Amino acid sequence: MLFAVAPGPPQLLPAREQMAFTLGFHIILVPFGVALTTLMLLAEYRAYKHGDEDALLLAQRWSKVAAVLFAVGAVSGTVLSFEMGLLWPGLMGRFGAAYGIPFVVEGIFFFLEAIYLSVYIYGWKRMRPWTHFKMGLPVVISGMGGTFSVVAANAWMNLPGGITLRHGNVVDVRPLAVFFNRAFWYEALHMLLAAYVVAGFLTASIYAVGRLRSGPSRYRRLGFLIPFSVAAVVIPVQIFVGDVVARETYHNEPAKFAAIELLSHSGTHVPETLGGLMMANGTVKFGIRLPDFASLLAGFSAKTDIKGLETVPKEIRAPTELVNIVHTSFDAMVGTGFALLGLALWFGLVWVRKREVPGGRLFWLGAALAGLVSVVSLESGWVVTEVGRQPWTVEGLLLTRDAVTRSGNVWLFFTGSVIIVGGAGIGAIAVLLAMKRRWSAGAEAGFDVPYGPDEGVEAVTQP
Amino acid sequence: MRTVAAGMLFVVLTAYAMFGGADFGAGFWDLTAGGAERGRRPRALIDHSIGPVWEANHVWLIFCLVLAWTAFPPVFAAVMRTLYVPLGLAALGIVLRGSGFAFRKVSVRTSAQRATGATFAASSVVTPFFFGTAAGAIATGRVPLHRSAGSLEIWFTPTCLFTGALAVVTCAYLAAVFLTAEARQRGEADLEIYFRNRSRLAAAGAGLISAGGLVVLHRAAPHLLHRLLGPGIPFVILSALTGVGVLGLLHKADPRLLRVMAALAVGSVIAGWGVAQYPYLLGNHASIASAAAPMATLETLAGIFVVAAALVLPSLGILYVLHQRGRLESG
Repeated sequence: MLFAVAPGPPQLLPAREQMAFTLGFHIILVPFGVALTTLMLLAEYRAYKHGDEDALLLAQRWSKVAAVLFAVGAVSGTVLSFEMGLLWPGLMGRFGAAYGIPFVVEGIFFFLEAIYLSVYIYGWKRMRPWTHFKMGLPVVISGMGGTFSVVAANAWMNLPGGITLRHGNVVDVRPLAVFFNRAFWYEALHMLLAAYVVAGFLTASIYAVGRLRSGPSRYRRLGFLIPFSVAAVVIPVQIFVGDVVARETYHNEPAKFAAIELLSHSGTHVPETLGGLMMANGTVKFGIRLPDFASLLAGFSAKTDIKGLETVPKEIRAPTELVNIVHTSFDAMVGTGFALLGLALWFGLVWVRKREVPGGRLFWLGAALAGLVSVVSLESGWVVTEVGRQPWTVEGLLLTRDAVTRSGNVWLFFTGSVIIVGGAGIGAIAVLLAMKRRWSAGAEAGFDVPYGPDEGVEAVTQP
Repeated sequence: MRTVAAGMLFVVLTAYAMFGGADFGAGFWDLTAGGAERGRRPRALIDHSIGPVWEANHVWLIFCLVLAWTAFPPVFAAVMRTLYVPLGLAALGIVLRGSGFAFRKVSVRTSAQRATGATFAASSVVTPFFFGTAAGAIATGRVPLHRSAGSLEIWFTPTCLFTGALAVVTCAYLAAVFLTAEARQRGEADLEIYFRNRSRLAAAGAGLISAGGLVVLHRAAPHLLHRLLGPGIPFVILSALTGVGVLGLLHKADPRLLRVMAALAVGSVIAGWGVAQYPYLLGNHASIASAAAPMATLETLAGIFVVAAALVLPSLGILYVLHQRGRLESG
């Protein structure tokens, strides 16, 4: 991200940095809207089904966390909608008629999610239990629908289709082909599962830290078990889907796949390089090479031919720096994915044999780290797909330098965004920590605090 | 179909101006409510009245943006290119406002509430101001379709500053009337008087600024003024009648009627603008027909719009009804 890809207007570098910053920020919040809401419903279901008070408390607290993070996600998403036009008028002006369709669909899902999440969060006290539970179902469904719609737009940028061009202008659109483009299913599923992996491990890690610090309790155990089991079930599926995604990328996006595999020249018997860097002359240094492995993974045979970067015309070939970023991010995504799989297997084996969570300190340390590790996995996966497409914004149709704005001082806008959006992120962490402190102190203060000085409440926060 | 698409965009924009506008206005009254002790009860009412609904009201904006870039891509690109300063500032204002409001709800210490609350309230004033200036620039035909233009001289003009101020005071008016109605429903007589006085103040402000705006408009965009007082005149009259009518009814009318009339007063101003500008999207140089997306896109949008109306409107109805009946409580 830190390198100018190709010659372009002075706005290109800050515009890319700005987009990377806001998208990278927003994507961390996505799992909370999409998947934390599922966890909170699971807890609520358990609470009503088994009369479990701890589960009810967890559901209520998770819903408050979801509310705060959904609010921040909604506003950072709004900034992104503005940035589509402010930073990339070339993209929106030329392809908005096609690219916009999935976003309009997303608009509906976002609407429903915002409405029912409000009803759910504010409805705890005055609704019958199962009515309240049902109000959460549209939240989960629209979270999934929204994810699918946004990813449809992203997939379209990777494999654009469903449009007829004349002199470079869109003159006809086949909406279904735009939405359900060739990359849609596997990309959408991959992102949806990623949301569950991140929300699951991240939520569980909070309770793992709590256990390491203060020892086990029934409440903490449940708070760990619900999200961790979800993540542990999803992670093997995610790795399987990831493998499918990689093979589809090999077929559909050869330039991206060449960058992932650090491959400067086409060939068969391509080794899989773990780690390593490509030098300016195309050779690969450092890293561990597994002979034939890339070919085997791509086409189930060592004779599988993989296209190298030399097949991309020089003027649109990604520079070595970007190739290295894509490759390293891919390694980070796969490496962290397998580390999480290992932890999930450990948990699964012990659970099947003893119906108990592994008791060793090492497991709990791993579980405490798993949240951050899953975020690294998510972010690096996103870098692979975005940086891997460069220098194209819409593969084969629109170069990033032609999509970018020509007006304005983007550096200033960028600085403002880092301060304000970053400040919102820091603020979110601060209020979540404050909520956690209050909960640990046994106070259920959340939304019902009157505005203005109240000595009694102050006393609770300063024990 | 092109006109239908423009109509959809317009409906969504109006919905955002009314619902989002009332939330912005609530922020205005929050800002001016005084210190922590004095402003405590008005702020509690504001908090109660927008807490469960502001997020849903905000989504109209997203819908408006995506509809604009899908149905009229070149116009969207032109507006964003030319008005990047006010729109960029409005976008950042939205971040401050949303997160400020959400954080205040979960803050306990007065100092933290003060900081987050002030952030929410101040950005509730700044954001509609910049939206208003952008709308002014678009309405007066100052946004070129193709040629890139310097930004500041486009929107930093007396007309645009007027429309910015008008946006702020209109939001304040809407919110004051809504809050008066809210206070009456909750049987808080002193707050009802408090917001009734503020409704009158804001209405007077809106009237003055509108009158001044007409003079400025006469110089800056005679064409728009001509159309506003031609085909747009029924809406201008409707707006004036409902706007003043609300003031007369503030004492006794059904709170629901008050809300509807205030929304009508604001909605008809925007409708008047839309009619005056038709068939153009930008001033009188970019027509709806010339900027529209291919027919298949517009038809799809119309289809999505029908689905959205079938799914979203009843859901919004549930939210508002539950809220009005006091079924959505903090806690």
